[in-house]
Amino acid sequence: MRDDLRIIWLIAGRELRDQFRDWRILSPLLVLTLAFPVLMNEVAHQAVAFFAKYGANLIASRLVPFSVLIIGFFPITISLVVALESFVGEKERGTIEPLLSAPLKNWQLYFGKLLVGALTPLVASFLSIGLYMIMVSHQHLQMPSLYTMFLLMTLTVAHATLMVSAAIVISAQSTSVRAANLLASFIVIPVAVLMQGESVLMFWGTDQVLWLAVAAVIIMAGLLVRLGISHFEREYLLGREFDSLNWRWILRTFWGSFRGEAKSLFDWYRLEVRKVMRRLAVPVLIILTLAVIGYFASYDWAMANIPRLLPNASTQDMKELVNGALDSAGLAQAGRHLSALLIFGNNVRATFVILLVGIVSFSVLGVMAYLVNVGLVGGVLGIFKLSGYSPAVLFAAGLLPHGIFEIPALMLSSAIVLYIGAALVTPQTGKSMGQVVLELLADWAKIFLGVVIPLLAIAAVIESYVTPSILSAVMK
Amino acid sequence: MIETQDLSKQFNDFWAVEGVTLSVKPGQILALLGQNGAGKTTTVRMLTALLSPTRGWARVAGYDVSRRGDEVRASVGVLTEQHGLYMRMTGVEYLDFFGKVYHLNADGRRSRSDYLLDYFGMAQAGARRIGEYSKGMRQKLALARALMHEPPVLLLDEPTSAMDPESARLVRDEIARLKSSRRTIVICTHNLAEAEVLADIIAIIYKGRILMTGTLEELKQNVLGTPEYEAKFSRPWLADSMKTPDGMTLIGRGESSIRFRVENPREANPLMVRELAAMDAPLVAFQEVPRSLEQVYLKVMADVQGSSAEMIHA
Repeated sequence: MRDDLRIIWLIAGRELRDQFRDWRILSPLLVLTLAFPVLMNEVAHQAVAFFAKYGANLIASRLVPFSVLIIGFFPITISLVVALESFVGEKERGTIEPLLSAPLKNWQLYFGKLLVGALTPLVASFLSIGLYMIMVSHQHLQMPSLYTMFLLMTLTVAHATLMVSAAIVISAQSTSVRAANLLASFIVIPVAVLMQGESVLMFWGTDQVLWLAVAAVIIMAGLLVRLGISHFEREYLLGREFDSLNWRWILRTFWGSFRGEAKSLFDWYRLEVRKVMRRLAVPVLIILTLAVIGYFASYDWAMANIPRLLPNASTQDMKELVNGALDSAGLAQAGRHLSALLIFGNNVRATFVILLVGIVSFSVLGVMAYLVNVGLVGGVLGIFKLSGYSPAVLFAAGLLPHGIFEIPALMLSSAIVLYIGAALVTPQTGKSMGQVVLELLADWAKIFLGVVIPLLAIAAVIESYVTPSILSAVMK
Repeated sequence: MIETQDLSKQFNDFWAVEGVTLSVKPGQILALLGQNGAGKTTTVRMLTALLSPTRGWARVAGYDVSRRGDEVRASVGVLTEQHGLYMRMTGVEYLDFFGKVYHLNADGRRSRSDYLLDYFGMAQAGARRIGEYSKGMRQKLALARALMHEPPVLLLDEPTSAMDPESARLVRDEIARLKSSRRTIVICTHNLAEAEVLADIIAIIYKGRILMTGTLEELKQNVLGTPEYEAKFSRPWLADSMKTPDGMTLIGRGESSIRFRVENPREANPLMVRELAAMDAPLVAFQEVPRSLEQVYLKVMADVQGSSAEMIHA
């Protein structure tokens, strides 16, 4: 183990020394790292004076922590170039082959690059934050508490780890530094958006939620590292010489995987769809368990908290609450005829959203989107219970008729996204990352076109023509 | 030792190497000859366990390249097509870095580094940044890196390219010394004279396939036919009544020389010399007509390209 760590440090140390000998990397890094806190200090000083003038002291008191968050973030984006060119830069300079020919394990190489990729931005970030805090301490600005500073530092480390992990994945999979730099936008922009959300939480003053954000970011970073190592292959790093969009290969790989060995539609269902369905057994079980937990947790939360939150609610208030709940559950139109096409379109869109957010987050956000739906049902039925309705009857009359088809469709959509997420972070020997992604998308398409779409179509027809009549009869 | 059987590598639809079967024993040098893009680098990369074979197998220093990549890489010293040097390091730092990568201790690293830099005449340059080195010095440093851990197997891609004649001679001498210390060596080169001097076995690769493999003599025999000998005389001499032994054919006659094709030189040549002496021929030299590896290579290439062209026309 000690020897392994020594090798990781050896790789990282060499590159660190290399950077510190290159004025083209060092000078912008130093200038921006040192200049930005000065600029930010002046802005914060002016802003605090402005807010104090209008009595917005709460915002003013949160401004310094917010500035720390921003100051910590900028050096990371600047020095992200180190991580972005870690593999692909060496490849372009021709120095990667001797290194790959050495008896180094893939993970040693990967962590060596990750370490140097993370160290540079973190050192720059902490230097920047330290300088800013020195300036703040010399002014009449409210210093953040030690707890807040700890939280901010942890957030900065989490951001750096997330961005560097993603940058290393890009670097190991790109064939040119130019392509890697272009792809960096896919790291910087989402993290910038994430930081906006974190800033809102900071001004709102909800530290506990911020800790959850830290945990989520670290989990994502961990999954990215896992993804990177899983798909790190010396062969692909050396084998591909240039980027080319080979549509023929893309279509052939996707179609080959989608069609498989099937010669007819019946064959396709019997061989290909069944094969993927078998692979989904465990994900479906996980999704089912999550559904049960999510449903009852949400139901219990509603039962326990709503009376406490609304101790003096009048009947009228409760009625409004129920109407609101009915509206959010789509039941307000009970008895009215809703277009089956509209319902179908809405559900297809929902399953697409689960796929899209699931793919960019290794299934985490996809499964969360599914859980939100499940939790909503539990919460709404809890509110009904509080209003004197029987949740079992409402479930049987308002959800079950079309839910028999819709719920399995939703569960399968979530299960395949969970499967894709797990497969992405699992080593797949002999396959490029592109091939793995295309095959997984083909698996998704098999389930989506072969099972989910037909189920959603049937569910939409029932929801449009049958459920409203049953629900209307029961509600009377 | 290097052994391969049906070693093949496919990239998408393209077979970069197909069906390569080779055997190089310790103390032998194999020269891999071929045009650019013939598959030499891909073959070397498979032997270094950098690329996994699509078909077939290879064992290097007793380790299977597909299953024991780390052990293979530890046993091999590679000189890559590109030098792959870190320009901001000094020569000494560079060798020390790779010494650490190959798990050499501090004393071992220092002594190997000193020896190699001294051997290649770079003892003074060792403290300078690699970026300041000439092309030849970089090549020598890259070779020193490959030799740093004294590997039992060496895979050298163009070991003397860009070197001045003295440096190239040094490298050739070092390769010969390594051969005598029972190292297994593969050289990819376009320098046919160098291959001729160094190689025990020569393999000609074309479009991923080995066209021909064997010793230099075997290749000459197979490609250029039976050897030719020439008898030179001190003055014009007519050899009308001369009798040639079995397996020897007169193929040319000059004013003061004659040329034979000889199938069994060991038996026929002494008989011929005796015959010439008996006839009082003013013989001053009797020697083989030199045939170079270049002639063999060019003939093989001309034949294979001709047959390819014929196939296309057909």
